[in-house]
Amino acid sequence: MLKLVDLKKTFHPGTPNEVRALQGVSLTIEEGSFVVVIGTNGSGKSTLLNAVAGTFLVDQGKIELAGQDVTGWPEHRRAKFIGRVFQNPYMGSAPHLSIAENLALSARRGEFRGLNWALKRRQLEELQQQVREMGLGMENRLTNLIGSLSGGQRQSLTLLMASLKRPDLLLLDEHTAALDPKSADQVIQLTENLVRKQKLTTLMVTHSMQQAATLGDRLIMMVRGQIRYDFQGAAKKRLTPEAILSKFEEVRRMDLLDESAAELLRQRYV
Amino acid sequence: MSLLIGALTMGLMLSLLAMGVLISFRILAFRDLTVDGSITLGGAVAGMLIAQGHSPILSTFAAMLCGALAGCVTGILATRLKINGLLSGILVMTALYSVNLRVMGKSNIPLMNETTLFSMVQGWAKSEDRWTFLIWQAPLQDVFVLLQLCVMIPVVALIVWAYFQTEHGLSMRATGDNPDMIRALGVNVDWMTVAGLGLSNGLVALSGALLVQYLGFADVQMGIGMVVLGFASVIIGESLVRSRSLGLLLIGAIMGSLLFRLLVAIALRWGLNPNDLKLVTALFVLAALVMPMVLARISRPGKTQTLEVAPDA
Repeated sequence: MLKLVDLKKTFHPGTPNEVRALQGVSLTIEEGSFVVVIGTNGSGKSTLLNAVAGTFLVDQGKIELAGQDVTGWPEHRRAKFIGRVFQNPYMGSAPHLSIAENLALSARRGEFRGLNWALKRRQLEELQQQVREMGLGMENRLTNLIGSLSGGQRQSLTLLMASLKRPDLLLLDEHTAALDPKSADQVIQLTENLVRKQKLTTLMVTHSMQQAATLGDRLIMMVRGQIRYDFQGAAKKRLTPEAILSKFEEVRRMDLLDESAAELLRQRYV
Repeated sequence: MSLLIGALTMGLMLSLLAMGVLISFRILAFRDLTVDGSITLGGAVAGMLIAQGHSPILSTFAAMLCGALAGCVTGILATRLKINGLLSGILVMTALYSVNLRVMGKSNIPLMNETTLFSMVQGWAKSEDRWTFLIWQAPLQDVFVLLQLCVMIPVVALIVWAYFQTEHGLSMRATGDNPDMIRALGVNVDWMTVAGLGLSNGLVALSGALLVQYLGFADVQMGIGMVVLGFASVIIGESLVRSRSLGLLLIGAIMGSLLFRLLVAIALRWGLNPNDLKLVTALFVLAALVMPMVLARISRPGKTQTLEVAPDA
């Protein structure tokens, strides 16, 4: 379970580049829930994910994960609970290590790493089995370097790596945005399968209305560092890509109205 | 012949330096300049302890430990204190110059009749004994030292290789290859870098300790330019093995170091002024770094335009 209480984060405070990326975000994600986050550019959706992952520490608020207050924990310590897939398909794996070595590294996510052999034969067979189950045809190429794979293949592997040791929370940061449509479909398919099979608690940021409508059991729309809409249960099931788009349009118009109204007031009274 | 044996002996001892540089420059992708100071530190500590009559094995280990410590300091400056990696190395290297003088008490310690790591095998022959191979002759003692190193260096290389096959070692390789990824997998990248620089400089200091015992003196100036020398060996090694596999890279570092010493020996034989050696080494590294780019331009003249744009991309 993930519990966020009134998260606030400002980048470059006190400078002309000040960005108030999170302006009081509270959110509770139940065990086994698959939450999709959408939002316009700069709405803070990726910032939210990074705040949970610990890429930076928040200015204010509380992050509770798997029953522990992790607010002050550095990124590598939170990794014990969190599996992550990045937007950049090259960010989630080490190119000059083999597929097997990458998998072996992820199998010990958040655990002590001592002087045991990293690749034991028995474990290797296990890994091979898991790669086979993914159906990507890579099970016989485990000694190949990751760098020799395509972006889609690497992203699929990163997904497997993130869930090899069952995470308490799976974070997906627009993980299909940089892929070609076919690979994106494949990775989404894989995501669905993994999440369903392992009943993973998942927080996924996406830019695709299609994915937002069809995936997950809860949809959150962020605007200007705050959660504007939160669709759950039946309301989420009813959502179509068009409905989501019209919500975006609504948000845009309201914001326009806000600004023009502010301008009107300024002209009249200042 | 004795020139050849001398070159190979030096090459083997300096291959530890090359392995250290391989770890920092290639595996951790950290341009560590501590090396110039830590190789001298290794020599200074070993020299000082041996001159005081301590066991050479103990002295060599102590030297290695001190070098490792110096590397860790560089790592802490670079990671915990967020100082630029190059600058961290330069700071520690500069500080080490004074430290080394303090350790030695003077700028040069002779080790004339002390017991060194090589004393035992040297004792198997008298100093006037000669080893004859066809028409060439060489002092038998030197041959024994070379043989001892032929056992020692591969053992060290094997230990380093084995370490990089462990969970900890593999995480270290991933730290250099993709820090974002390994951080997300729960590894403290900062401390992993510190540990890697410690290992690297430990090997470098070991190299310095052996060097001092072989040459028979420790000198505060002995480290100047060593990082470039080590890097040259690594580059030669890489072009020899043409592989990213760690085992081959380690073998490459040894071969590169040997080949480099042979080239130096030949150049000196042909009348190269020893004073020019570092200039030549630097030019060699420069050439090795620039060559691939030049070759790419020559082989694909039509692509020159894109190549010129490339650095911005």
